[in-house]
Amino acid sequence: MSVLELDDVHRDHGGGAALVRALRGLSLTVLPGEFVAVMGPSGSGKSTLLNLAGGLVTPTRGRVVVSGTDLTGLGATARAALRRRSIGYVFQELNLIPSLTAAENVMLPRELDGVRTRTARADAMSALSEVGLVGEAGRFPEEMSGGQRQRVAIARALVGERRLILADEPAGALDSNGGEEIMRVLRARCDAGTACLMVTHESRHAAWADRVVFLRDGLAVDSTEPAPGPEILLEKR
Amino acid sequence: MSIRHSLLALLSRGPRYGYQLRTEFEAATGSTWPLNIGQVYSTLGRLERDELVLRGGQDEEGRSVYSLTERGAEEVRQWFATPLTRAERPRDELAVKLALALTSPGVDVRAVVQAQRAATLRSMRDLTKLKTTAEGPAWPLVLESMIFQAEAEIRWLDHCETTLLHTAPPVPAHDAAPPIGEDSDERARTR
Repeated sequence: MSVLELDDVHRDHGGGAALVRALRGLSLTVLPGEFVAVMGPSGSGKSTLLNLAGGLVTPTRGRVVVSGTDLTGLGATARAALRRRSIGYVFQELNLIPSLTAAENVMLPRELDGVRTRTARADAMSALSEVGLVGEAGRFPEEMSGGQRQRVAIARALVGERRLILADEPAGALDSNGGEEIMRVLRARCDAGTACLMVTHESRHAAWADRVVFLRDGLAVDSTEPAPGPEILLEKR
Repeated sequence: MSIRHSLLALLSRGPRYGYQLRTEFEAATGSTWPLNIGQVYSTLGRLERDELVLRGGQDEEGRSVYSLTERGAEEVRQWFATPLTRAERPRDELAVKLALALTSPGVDVRAVVQAQRAATLRSMRDLTKLKTTAEGPAWPLVLESMIFQAEAEIRWLDHCETTLLHTAPPVPAHDAAPPIGEDSDERARTR
């Protein structure tokens, strides 16, 4: 089963003379373990696509299905709950809380999920170990490098049962080595079964994905075919 | 790429058989540039003629050991000391192809740009995948050089496309002609 499915999705902003058709019939499927990058010029609909996939906005027309649940059929509360449980976000601006340590930042979504502190901490440590930062668990954001902070943000996106990561320029503010560390972490997560949809304008980062979708004027104009052979796709299903 | 200088550089590590040079060249570059043994021996022949290498006597299997002459060693030093100029890498078929696409009737330049961008990204993805398993200091370095060159090509294509948006009117998709070039058949299939 796909983790994310967009089916003929349209999204308009504004109305009348100021109507902007941000997406004009986009279909996209992301399977478990698949890493999909989205590229396109400014105004091509990349951010709208991520916001729709994350249930932050609803489509004007079409369906958005996350882990088998049609987001368009849900009320705002149910959508928020699904969003919190199933989806992790990584942004260029990392939004770590400065007065919390790395571990506490990563625990936060689990505590919001309602799990006990002890479990949340264990989950946080396991997510931090995936991004190679167990040793930094007790540090505050300002005591870490930009690359380390971004890896904490990824750990926070991964913590618990989240099977879909939405990333908006996750390595945009980092130098080339820092950016590569982030890509290695995301790649490893996908190889372990998580699905990832990443918007980027850096082709070097997009090259880590299995597939690149090119957006222009709200439409997918082209795509590189999936990288692995059919036997790998069979394993994933 | 200069096979000539690469072989001289390998010989600066010490005398080698021809087949060893091939193996070591491929090991250093992670088989990114396959070299056939014929190329190795014809290059060694020219280097011997130019007195940059010396061919030793043959062993019982008829193989000769090659070693660097003093002139050859100087040539290697010069090679490492001299930066490459663009003129030594003249192959810019892509720029020529796009220039021709712009001025040829019925060619959708944006489709040409997009087909190239997708193809370059695919090869970048393959190189990135190779890099994750690459061992030793030399091979990742070569792969990264190729990745950064591919990135530069994509940035240039993006730039071309943005410029075109301001100059050329869009060509309707239905009469898009295949890109010009010797590999246009392959392009047409992949689109």
